[in-house]
Amino acid sequence: MDYTNLRRQIISMKKSLFDQGYLDEQFNQLEELQDDSSPNFVEEVVALFFKDSSRLLTNIEQALEKYPQDFYRLDSLVHQFKGSGSSIGALRMKNECSMFKAHCNDRNLEGCRRSLQKMKREHATLKQKLETYFHLLRQVGPPERAVNSWK
Amino acid sequence: MAVVATETPFHVLAVDDSLPDRKLIERLLKTSSFQVTTVDSGSKALQFLGIHDDDASTVSVHAHQLDVAVNLIITDYCMPGMTGYDLLKKIKESSSLRDIPVVIMSSENIPSRINRCLEEGADEFFLKPVRLSDMSKLKPHILKSRCREHSQQDQEQQHQQSDSNSNDCSNPTNKSHSDSSRKRKAEDNEEILPQKNRPRHS
Repeated sequence: MDYTNLRRQIISMKKSLFDQGYLDEQFNQLEELQDDSSPNFVEEVVALFFKDSSRLLTNIEQALEKYPQDFYRLDSLVHQFKGSGSSIGALRMKNECSMFKAHCNDRNLEGCRRSLQKMKREHATLKQKLETYFHLLRQVGPPERAVNSWK
Repeated sequence: MAVVATETPFHVLAVDDSLPDRKLIERLLKTSSFQVTTVDSGSKALQFLGIHDDDASTVSVHAHQLDVAVNLIITDYCMPGMTGYDLLKKIKESSSLRDIPVVIMSSENIPSRINRCLEEGADEFFLKPVRLSDMSKLKPHILKSRCREHSQQDQEQQHQQSDSNSNDCSNPTNKSHSDSSRKRKAEDNEEILPQKNRPRHS
């Protein structure tokens, strides 16, 4: 197994996630919290986010389909989504949530619907990218943090 | 691994309805050597603290039956049902819990919200996402409140002219803390005076 190559892949992937705005500094904060006593912390908290946010996406979708729409409730659901997204450093998700909230504020149903579609796409993309990232990390063996040398 | 504990770690009760956030705050606190209990709602927090919603305003005996003392409460602001602010109010209304320092966390930077919490007695306000560097702000609040508590106990002991001197706080700096905390108490009392009774001059 070519560890050098793997490590290079990991660094490159992480850099790309940051450069493309999928992740922000908060993700680094999570990695700093990972150590021998909590070796899978980042993956665990990210998994909790995806579990929680999938549920929220379903609730948001249902709330949008109800008539009349309860924008107050919608805003509250997106607020939760935004909060936990920001906790794991999911920058694009966070920004899309802000857009959604603005549409809620304007009671713009079409805007909300478009935002929801974007959120679902971002959600799926981020999930896939992070799954790949964690898979690579696991391949280098015992918990290894991607080097932040390029920060 | 045998660890000789010289003192019990401080115990923090963390309240947040978001699961990933609870995991994060728990990790932040544990990394900072706190003992942690997490709950997902204000009402569960009150339950854990030994008081019930309905009788929070009365002197609570239940809190003394707590198995583990809680040295600090950190709570999210936005929670369904009981908000962090509501929880803060209930804690401050409880004679047995009001001295426990309370920290509020929020993802929104709203000055009026922050001020309202601080005025209600919150010791600190953290903007989410909470970082490791924020954790160092917690211990001072715990120590301040403990010294205040011990100085109150000292005063009570003096009043009762008790013979025994079983005082846990053997910190030599306690005296200066108690002086300042007593002074602070006096200032606090002045602030409580109702403003509305003052004559208004146009």
